[in-house]
Amino acid sequence: MVQRSQQPEAHGAFGASVTAGGGSQAAALPDVSMRTTEFKSSASRRVGDKVFSSMAKSFAWLTLILLAGIVVALIYASWPSIQAFGIGFLFSDAWNPPMEDFGALIPIYGTLVTSAIALLIAVPVSFGIALFLTELSPAWLRRPLGTAIELLAAIPSIVYGMWGLLIFAPIFAQYVQPGLQSSIGQVPIIGKLFAGAPLGIGLLCAGIILAIMIIPYIASVMRDVFEVTPPMLKESAYGVGCTTWEVMWGVVLPYTKTGVIGGVMLGLGRALGETMAVTFVIGNTNFLNSASLFEPGNSITSALANEFAEADPGLHTAALMELGLILFAITLVVLIVSKLLLMRLAKGEGAKS
Amino acid sequence: MNLLARRKLTNKVALTLSLSAMAFGLFWLAWILWTVFDLGLSGLSVALFTEMTPPPGADSGGLLNAIMGSLILVTLATLLGTPIGILTGVYLAEYGQHHWLGKTTRFINDLLLSAPSIVIGLFVYAVVVAQTGKFSAWSGVIALALIVLPVVVRTTENMLQLIPNTLREAAFALGAPKSVVISKVTLRAARAGVLTGVLLAVARIAGETAPLLFTALSNQFWSLNLNEPMANLPVTIFKFAMSPFTNWQDLAWAGVFLITMGVLVLNIIARVFLRAEKIN
Repeated sequence: MVQRSQQPEAHGAFGASVTAGGGSQAAALPDVSMRTTEFKSSASRRVGDKVFSSMAKSFAWLTLILLAGIVVALIYASWPSIQAFGIGFLFSDAWNPPMEDFGALIPIYGTLVTSAIALLIAVPVSFGIALFLTELSPAWLRRPLGTAIELLAAIPSIVYGMWGLLIFAPIFAQYVQPGLQSSIGQVPIIGKLFAGAPLGIGLLCAGIILAIMIIPYIASVMRDVFEVTPPMLKESAYGVGCTTWEVMWGVVLPYTKTGVIGGVMLGLGRALGETMAVTFVIGNTNFLNSASLFEPGNSITSALANEFAEADPGLHTAALMELGLILFAITLVVLIVSKLLLMRLAKGEGAKS
Repeated sequence: MNLLARRKLTNKVALTLSLSAMAFGLFWLAWILWTVFDLGLSGLSVALFTEMTPPPGADSGGLLNAIMGSLILVTLATLLGTPIGILTGVYLAEYGQHHWLGKTTRFINDLLLSAPSIVIGLFVYAVVVAQTGKFSAWSGVIALALIVLPVVVRTTENMLQLIPNTLREAAFALGAPKSVVISKVTLRAARAGVLTGVLLAVARIAGETAPLLFTALSNQFWSLNLNEPMANLPVTIFKFAMSPFTNWQDLAWAGVFLITMGVLVLNIIARVFLRAEKIN
C-alpha cells in the first residue's frame, strides 16, 4: 500500500533533478534512453541514500562526541581547582569561598550516605514489589499496579523536593524521628546514628525521599528480569512442591541475580545524581559535627544547585566544576557496571533457552 | 514446628511482606498526588495565567511569564533534540546493529540516559554560558535538548526493532532505496512508538530543574528574548518554595500542580499510544 503510492512519486522526483554524479554516468550510455532514465534515477538514489546514511551515522558519532565533550569540558573547567588542591581536594572538609579554600569531603560524604540509605530501603521494597507483580497479583491488576509504580518515576524531582520539605519533613520530625530515637537510638553503637535534634530535614530525610524516587527504577528492572526466567524452571520447582517464596528465593533470584544487581546499580546511579529533591531536604550545611543521620548536610548535587549560579568566577566555580566531575565519574562507573551486568544476563538468556 | 509448617509460615510471611511493599509504594504515590491536588487546586486562579511573578512583598501575582517561558524552552528543546534523536535511533536500528560504532553508541546512549541532569547543566554552562559570558534561554534550550536526545534515541531504536523484517524486504524487493524504505516504510510503521518516545522526553524535561539553574536561570519579568535569561516554572518553583512568603509558596504549589498534571497526562497519553502500537 505504502509502496505503490511511493514508486511513481520517487521516479518523477529523481527524473527531474539529476545530480552531477548521475549526469556523468548517464553520458556513458547515450543510446538507450529508457535505460538512461533508470540509470540516472538509481545513481541519484544512491546519492540520496549516501546522504541519508552518512547523516544518521554522523549523529551516532555526535553521541560519542557528546560524552567525550562532557568529560573534556568538565576537566577543562575544573582545571584551576585540580591544580590548586590536587588529590587533597577529595579528603578536605574545608569549604570557604572567601578564603578560596575548598574540599569535597562533606559533599561526597552526603552523596554516598544518602544514596546508601536510599538503597537500604529501596532494594527490599523493590524486590517485594517485583515479587508481587510477577507472582502474586491477579492478572488484571498487574498492568495498573505496574503503571502506578512507574508513575512514581514520572513525578518531577522538584515535586518530591517541595513535598519533602513542606509536608514530609515536619511530620517526620514530629512523629518518626523521636520514635527512632527512643527505639533504635538506645542501641549502643548504632544509636549514634540517630542522635541529635529531630529537625526533619537532614541526611536521613533525604535518603528516604531518594528511596521513594528510585524504587520504580529498581522494581521495574527486577520485574522485567523475573519475567524472563524460563517458565520451565519455575514449573519444575513448583512441581517438586516448592512454595512461591522458595521458587522466588531459590530459583528465580539465583537465575536473574546479575540482572537484579544491574537494576540496583541503575537505581544507585539515579540516587547519586538526583538533585532537586535532595537540595530541598538535606539542609545545605557544610559542617559535619557527628555521625548522626539526623544532621543536616550537603551533597555534591545540592552544593552545585545552591552555589553554582552565584559562585565567583575563578576558584569557587572551578571547585564546583570539580565536584561535578567527581559526581560524573562516580555515576559513570556505577552505570557502566550496571549496564555490563544487564548485558551479561541478556546474553546468558540467549545461550540457555 | 515441623518442616512443612515452617516452610508454609516462611512463605506466608514473605508474601505478606511483598504485599506490604506494594502498599508502601502506592502509599507514597497517593500521598504525594493528594498533596499536589489539595494544595495546588486551591492555588489555581485566573491571576495565575494572567499576571507576572510577583516581586518580594507583593501580595498578588501569577506565573504567566514562567508558564510561557517553560512552554518556549520545552518546545524548542524538543524541536532541536527530536530529529537528531530519531536519526541516531535509525542508525542504531537500521545501519549499525553489528558495527562497532552502533554498539558503542548504544552503550553510551544508555549511559547518557541515566547520567545526572545537573552534569548536563554544568557542561552547557562550560561550553555555552562561560563562552558567551551570560546566562541565556538558548543555553537552557540546548541543555534540555541534550536530555531529550537519549530518550528519543532509545525509543526510536526499540520501536524500529519491533518492525518485522518482512516489511523491509517487501519494500526492497520493489526496488526502493534504503533511505526511502526507512523514511516511508519502517519509520512510518513505527511512528506511534517514536511519538511515544518524544512524549516521554517532553514529560521528562517539563519538570527538569537542575540543568536550567546554570543556563536559562530565571527572570522575574516577561521576556521572549532567547539571548536573555528566561523565566520558567521549575526554577520559579524552586525559588518560591524556599522563600518565607506564603503567597510565593502558594504560587509554587500551583506551579507544582501544573507541572505534575502535565507530566502525568503526557505519560498516560504515551502509554495509550504504546499500547495501540503493540496491539497493531
